[in-house]
Amino acid sequence: MPTYSVVVDIQLRDGIADPQGATIERALPVLGFGGASGVRVGKVVRFTLDGADEASARAEVEDMCERFLTNPVIESATVTLTPQEP
Amino acid sequence: MVFPGTNCEADVVHAVESLGASGTLLWHGDATVGQVDAVVVPGGFAHGDYLRTGAIARFSPVMGAVAAFAAAGGPVVGICNGFQVLTEARLLPGALQKNRGLSFICDTTALRIETTSTVLTSRCAPGQVLRIPINHFEGNYTCDADTLARLRDEDRIVCTYVDNPNGSVADIAGVCNEGRNVVGLMPHPERAVDALLGSADGRPLLGSLLDAALDRAGVP
Repeated sequence: MPTYSVVVDIQLRDGIADPQGATIERALPVLGFGGASGVRVGKVVRFTLDGADEASARAEVEDMCERFLTNPVIESATVTLTPQEP
Repeated sequence: MVFPGTNCEADVVHAVESLGASGTLLWHGDATVGQVDAVVVPGGFAHGDYLRTGAIARFSPVMGAVAAFAAAGGPVVGICNGFQVLTEARLLPGALQKNRGLSFICDTTALRIETTSTVLTSRCAPGQVLRIPINHFEGNYTCDADTLARLRDEDRIVCTYVDNPNGSVADIAGVCNEGRNVVGLMPHPERAVDALLGSADGRPLLGSLLDAALDRAGVP
């Protein structure tokens, strides 16, 4: 059974206020970094997963996201799967 | 109810016992709420708040029993972290986010009662303002516009902050479910049951809960 490296990139949904992102955005110019905007803070979950094929592995991860890894009220996730070399 | 990391359970037991009830601690790992007439999910940091506040607590064995108790009309109140747990468990709508300004806030707030038709506010007067402490980092209530409109239409915003401390939408401090028997709020009524400790304004709230518990127990 193939093994996949999984990266789940969790972000606050558009329109949900991000106090951490806003704080970082305010701090950057103070440190001399000008021109940054739209700063958003999320989180990344990484793991490996055995699956029959990429489609079933992806479906499994999306189910994890829906039920556990994200709170769909405020967060969305982007899932990246990479087959591991045998 | 006690999860690993819960830290307000003794205050809740003390508060309800000072009002004449008997408090029992329920362990999160037991898949039952026993013979209780009301459930309080107290504050703290259930399961370390890992991943998100309440995200792991939601899967504790006891939560299935709490959901069944709530579905059968049993009174359930989540305070602070308990509110976060109940939103993650989808027993209440919305979510609690980090405070606007990223400050941990420990203060006494003025709390306005918006509806008296819930298990936590039946002894209050509409519009009554109570002094109740808050103590949280993630108390910024958020929900989408449709949910907010529904909460308003259905009179399910239980209490609001007079002076919004954390950025909550519509100044919301607490909400209830459709059945009005599940209430979540960020302020801590159990820390306001004795004037010696700054406020006794939590007594009508917890007293309302005890009325609902007596009602459920069939005591006239």
